[in-house]
Formats: sequence, structure tokens, C-alpha cells
Amino acid sequence: MEHLSDEKKVVLEQKALLIRKSVIEMLMEAKSGHTAGPLGMADIFSYIYFHSLNHDPENPQMEDRDRLVLSNGHICPVLYSTLAHAGYFELEELQTLRKFGSRLQGHPHREFLDSLETSSGPLGSGLSQAVGMALADRISGGDKTIYCLTGDGELNEGQNWEALMHAAKYKLDNLIIIVDRNYIQIDGATEDVMPLDPLIKKLEAFNCKVIDIDGHNFDMIDGAIRKAKNNLNSPTVIIANTTPGKGVSDWEGKYEWHGKPPTQEEGEAALKELSESEK
Amino acid sequence: MINESLKLNPNIFSDDVEKIAIRTGFGEGLVIAADQDEKVVGLCADLTDSTKMRLFADKYPKRFIQVGVAEQNMASVASGMAAMGMIPFMASYAIFSPGRNWEQIRTTICYNNVPVKIAGSHAGVSVGPDGGSHQALEDIALTRVIPNMVVISPCDAIEARKATIEAAKTPYPTYIRLARNNTPIITTEGTPFEIGSAQIMYNEEGKSDVAIIATGPLVHNALFAAKKLEERGVTAIVCNMATIKPLDTNAIDALVERAGAIVTVEEHQIAGGMGSAVAEYVSYTKPTPIEFVGVRDEFGQSGKPEELINHYGMSVEDIVVAAEKLVGRK
Repeated sequence: MEHLSDEKKVVLEQKALLIRKSVIEMLMEAKSGHTAGPLGMADIFSYIYFHSLNHDPENPQMEDRDRLVLSNGHICPVLYSTLAHAGYFELEELQTLRKFGSRLQGHPHREFLDSLETSSGPLGSGLSQAVGMALADRISGGDKTIYCLTGDGELNEGQNWEALMHAAKYKLDNLIIIVDRNYIQIDGATEDVMPLDPLIKKLEAFNCKVIDIDGHNFDMIDGAIRKAKNNLNSPTVIIANTTPGKGVSDWEGKYEWHGKPPTQEEGEAALKELSESEK
Repeated sequence: MINESLKLNPNIFSDDVEKIAIRTGFGEGLVIAADQDEKVVGLCADLTDSTKMRLFADKYPKRFIQVGVAEQNMASVASGMAAMGMIPFMASYAIFSPGRNWEQIRTTICYNNVPVKIAGSHAGVSVGPDGGSHQALEDIALTRVIPNMVVISPCDAIEARKATIEAAKTPYPTYIRLARNNTPIITTEGTPFEIGSAQIMYNEEGKSDVAIIATGPLVHNALFAAKKLEERGVTAIVCNMATIKPLDTNAIDALVERAGAIVTVEEHQIAGGMGSAVAEYVSYTKPTPIEFVGVRDEFGQSGKPEELINHYGMSVEDIVVAAEKLVGRK
């Protein structure tokens, strides 16, 4: 993995901005979908797809590619937007999100879009799939990194904890789990709906290496991914503290934006704010 | 008359017919499948001996994944392994898998359309003393409603071994239903087996009064029932419907043509089971009178396998009564 230079950081910031703008545009067109999570995770997606992931948009099925499992499938606008900006398909196709016949299903479906590693939506099962991929790669003597992105609300699902026990038992150090710790879920604040804290201690008690970072700080993201890649004999969980709705001041931190799209007016104002932030 | 061309066990009707558990056939078949293809891996949820996956785990320890009592995780881990090109077999009791983990099977295995093979043991009331909580009577219904899924219910250990070997060769998510107890050996090594093909085991030619379509170890009761009916002057065909999905509709068409009346026999709830699948099909092709032998919207309980089969209405006599009732309805 190349050094993260200051110049590269600027590129990643620009990519994240483009990813966010496309997220807003596609949600405005779709008139349904999730807004807060995708905006909150844009920096992480920018870093992974434009810096750390071993992949080839020209050859999506490349045998030795790293795998990225998006467990919280509802934030797929950020995945689709990132894939388009990385060159997997034309940006125009983003406008088909959630429409009949689209490859960009409301929740990711690999049978429609084969550059996805898995289908997801029902929460709590992505981590197990990533564990399966990491196990399979180890059995077949591969050298891939398996990334699994999950939400924090999603950790309410017991299956995640089954998967964590499993990952620790098999010492899956080829597995990097990134938890989008934005403290919101559909019904409200995570700590009101079903408290997760002390999350770090819980994950450590499950024998995972835990790294707590600001999910919008590229130096910290870079440091965490490097540490995870160098970690031996346990899976790594990166707790990425993010601001839901990041980049749009009216939406930041508000759980109400978890599962609704912007109206035309709201979207235009948000795009304007993002454009101004660039200057 | 027994269909000679299928080379069935010549001792089918004898009192000392050899009995082996269907789950044992799975265990043996998995080892052979693994010998044939290094991509075959096994996952088990803390029931390695009971599901007979031990045979595989001992021979291929590096390809065996012990997931603990966590069937939901097991299903999705298997999905992830399949996404990497492997052919995972996952084993537990049917009540837990596909029972407990149904949504994980639907979404991470079937919606992804990956070749995970699900072995569900201890299906049916014949589990016996463990009681109703452990007797899966809904698993055929649960699996056959999921798109992309293949559903196989072998009639004996030999057929289970063949089904396991053949399932490893297909790209489809597949459920293989297994029974716990030693049950009569119906087939032989020489009996053909093909996923999706039903077999006429008794009275393979000509018109008949009734066609008995059975699946699983109750095929043996169905054969006895046909013999008994014959003694009473009623001719019966016996069809082994080992693959429930995809259903062998050509075979059903032929049975409807030859008999015009069907008795279905399965150790499963009548609702949603193999009989339901047959009824769904004939209701829009050629509506045909059907009697369903199976469990009637009840849970099982502790007891000896045979007394439970009798209590819940799946004995040889129950099949005979159903067939005679059906002949009266024609």
C-alpha cells in the first residue's frame, strides 16, 4: 500500500466530495432511500476504493482482488456512487437507483450487479459472510484482505457476535471490520434504542483488536488500516466515528435523516453547500 | 410388482431387511464428494457426530469449520465461502437449519444464488424420544418456497449418499433432508439416481387404481401399503419422489394418466410439504383427487419412532386406508 501523501489526501477529499454529491443527486432522483449513513461513510469509501483496496474496475472479477462486504446494505448509495466514480460503470447509471429494471437495486443485489461481492439488506449477516470469505482465502492459501463494513445499529443483531467469536477463534487477521459509529438508527439514538457502549470493551472482550478513529480524518483512517493489515492472529475492528449526514449542516447528526431522501429543494441546497465547501 | 429395472434391495419386504440411518449415508457421501473435489468444505454447528459430518471432519480437518451452536452464522459463513469458489456443506438438525436460520439461507445463500448444501438431520417425528421440539415437520415447506433452492429427501442411506455426491456437482443451493434412525434399505448401489427424477418403484407399467407418491423413509411404508392393497384387489403404483424441488412433473403427469388418483406420503406437515407441491401442480394441469398422508397441523412428542409414526397417521395401514378412501372418491 502506497504512502498517503498530502497530495493523495487532497485527491481522496475531492473524491469523497464527488461521492457525496452523487449520493444526494441519486437520492433526489430516486425519491426514496437512505441519506445520513451514505454521507457519513463517504470518506471511508473514498479511502478504501481509491487507496487501499486491491481491485480493478476494468476487471471486476479479478481472482486475487480484495473483497468488500457491505453488511448494512441500506447505505448502498455510497457504494454505488463510489463504484461509478471508480469507473465500474457510467455516472449516469446512478440516476436509475431503485427504479424498475435497474442494476442499482434499493438494497444491493449481486445477481443484478456483479461488481458487488454480495447481496445485503437484512442486517447482521454481512460479517458472517466476510468471515466465510476470510476462511476460504486462508484455506486456499490466498493473500487477500477482506473488508466488512457494518453499521452500529446493526450490531443489535446477535449474529454479529456469533461471527466475531468465530473470527477470533480462527484468528482471522485477514479480516478488517469497520463499524460506522454514527450513534443513530431508524428509531433514534443508538444508546436509546439499544445501548452498545462500552462498545470498545465489548469488542476487545471478543478478542478483537480494536482501533477507535475519527472516520472523517484520512490520516487516522490510513493509520488504522495499516495497523489492521499488520495485525497478526486476530481480526481488527475499526470503530469509525462518523457524523451522519456529513457535509450538509442541516442534516448532520440528525437520526431523522437515516431513512429518507432529500426533496428537490433540500437536495439543491445541500449540493450548493457542498460545492461551496470546495472553494 | 417391484420395478426390477431399478435394482432395488431384494430384501425390501423381509422382516430382517438391513437398516441404516439416512444421515449415515450423508456422512459417507460427503467424504466421497470431498475426495472428488477439493473445493468441498464442511461446516457444523456442534452436532458433528449426530449429523455424521465426523467422517469428513476426521479425514479433512483443514476443510472442516466448527462454528459452534450458531446456525445463523453458519449459513452466512457458508455463503461467504461459496462466494470464494468453495462448495460448502453445512450440517445441523433440520429444526435449527433451515429452521432457526431461514432468513440467512434465503438472503445470503439463495438470493446470492451460491452453491451451499444444507444437510438437515433429525427430520420427522421418527426422531423419537427427543420430543416435538427436535422433530422438524416444517422444513420441506420452508425450503421449497425459496427461489433457486433444490430440495432433496432421500428414502434411504444409499440414496442419501448418492444425493450428497450429486449435490456437490451442481451450482445450486440445495437442501438435503435426513432422518435420524436406522431405516430400511430400499435401494442398492445399482439403483440409478438423478436429482430431479422421480422413480416408479412398484407397478411401473399399465393402468392402476391409485398412485402413491412418497418421499423419505416412508417410501418403505408406501411399498408395504401397495403390496397390502394388491392383496385386497386394489392396484397401486409407488413413486419415490426423492427430489421435491424441482418437482418431476413428467412423472406426475404419467401417474395422473395411469391412475387418476394420488396418495401423497411424507413425514412432514401436510401443509406446505411434498403433497402440497404435487397438489399445486396437478390443480392447474389436470385436477386429480388426492389424499394426503402426513402430520395434520400438530407438533410431535416423545416416544418410540414406530409408535409416533402410527400415532400421527403415517403407518402402512394409514396409507392403505387413504388409498381405499380415494378409490371410493374416484
